[in-house]
Amino acid sequence: MAEPTVPILTIRDVSKTYIARGGRTEALRGAGLTVQRGEFVCLLGASGCGKSTLLRIAAGFEAPSAGQALMWDKPIAGPAPSRGMVFQDYGLFPWLSVRDNIGFGPKSRGRPAAEVRDTARRYIDLVGLGRFADAYPHQLSGGMKQRVAIARVLANEAEMVLMDEPFGALDAMTRERLQDELLDLWARTGLTVLFVTHAIEEAIFLADRIVMMSPGPGRIETVHTVDLPRRRDVSSPAFNDLRRMLSAQLHSHHAPKAA
Amino acid sequence: MSAAIEGAAVPATLPTALPAQSQSPMPTAPPLRVLLKRLRGPALALVVPLATLAIWHFATADRPYSLVPPPAEVWLALRDMAFGGINDDAFSATLWTHLWASLSRVYGGFALAAAAALPLGLMIGRVPVVRALLDPVLQILRPIPVTAWLPLAMILFGLGASSAFFLVFLGAFYPILVNTVFGVRSVEPRLFEAAAMLGCTGPAQFLRVVLPAALPSIFTGLRLGLGFAWVVIVVGEMTGVQTGLGAVIMEARQLSRTEIVICGMGVIGVAGFVSDWVVMRIGRRLLSWSPSHG
Repeated sequence: MAEPTVPILTIRDVSKTYIARGGRTEALRGAGLTVQRGEFVCLLGASGCGKSTLLRIAAGFEAPSAGQALMWDKPIAGPAPSRGMVFQDYGLFPWLSVRDNIGFGPKSRGRPAAEVRDTARRYIDLVGLGRFADAYPHQLSGGMKQRVAIARVLANEAEMVLMDEPFGALDAMTRERLQDELLDLWARTGLTVLFVTHAIEEAIFLADRIVMMSPGPGRIETVHTVDLPRRRDVSSPAFNDLRRMLSAQLHSHHAPKAA
Repeated sequence: MSAAIEGAAVPATLPTALPAQSQSPMPTAPPLRVLLKRLRGPALALVVPLATLAIWHFATADRPYSLVPPPAEVWLALRDMAFGGINDDAFSATLWTHLWASLSRVYGGFALAAAAALPLGLMIGRVPVVRALLDPVLQILRPIPVTAWLPLAMILFGLGASSAFFLVFLGAFYPILVNTVFGVRSVEPRLFEAAAMLGCTGPAQFLRVVLPAALPSIFTGLRLGLGFAWVVIVVGEMTGVQTGLGAVIMEARQLSRTEIVICGMGVIGVAGFVSDWVVMRIGRRLLSWSPSHG
């Protein structure tokens, strides 16, 4: 990564310590990472490795206890539309229709009503929910809700999409279809994606680079570049070699605790 | 590469399933069954009132020394109150004046209570400083029954309509406030994060997130508040006002006109029921998005 361009995201020696009644919890220690524009990066690790904390710092929901989080070399001071977040539990507004959920961002930013309507229309079609434009979230399946959540951040001109185990609550079939759709969107739009998962296969299928994290305290262990050609064949020997290697690494994280 | 598909097959199968059902051998049977089914609810609802009416009638009719007048006499009094021409006394044809007076106090006091309790509830629920400032005071004032306020209200607002107005206001205020605060405090934190990353921050969140998210709770509060306003109206109109259903009941009591008292009670019941029904319909329309309301 020796390119001269400014990275879209820079995480520089970031630590995060939570102070609660029970004492201090070190969620993240000395994490460093740069993401280039257009990259698809997965944060992979067992629970408690700080991957979600890192993502939330990138989103601006949390401030680092030490170190710096920068977007285009400027400190991240709080949540912003340029960094759209997709939550595992969707976070859709239950009182708004699909159309209005997707139009929420542009409307919040004071876009004229006609433009909001057009934008919503375009992104509803992009995620294939045209027939459900007037449905409310509780009428949708999990996969459809997550499509709305993705369309919502894209409609708001997010440059970077931060995804926190977005497909974790979906059934296997839906998850695979959404992975394909996400890659398709990513290829067409030139988005940058930072994607948290604990599923090795998902990370290999999606990522340009996999950032392996380990718990106690959370830290970045290794970064693997995945240079398998896309669309990746999950049954290919190369895919499986990588899976085996990452799996061994992931399980070694648990070993010291079990002993 | 289209992203559509999922769910598309589900609605498509529905229309093909329906025609099979309509080929029933007896096309006239379903409407009758449907009609009977529809009448079941109202029929069941009438059982208890009719039984009460019957017991009331047999216990009081043709007993000259009964303190409770029979239903027929009450019905006569009600017709006289509404249209006059039967007894031609002080109560004849006064019903609409009294009803209007009570309605305006109930809705006036309720509207004022809503106007005060809603913004206050939003602030207490969402702004810690406001909560620390107001919550203890309100918690101490809340258990004081409206009836206990009566003497003080008469001193502060004098004998008359403004005291009644104030008491109705007080009765409706707390249910609305408490439910609004509850609604605001139970908004999923996730929704604030979602709004913030979409560019909706600070005070804008009140209108675009807090208010709609708390709306189901707020509506419960409004319904309870309006119910309490009707409860309190009789007490409120004991403060020496000349008109109103509560005033009529108090006056008839002093004259031992029990049939008028019962008329007043019945009218309050019906008016309260109708106003609750209206609020519920409005709520259902506004909350059609909510799986537990729509």
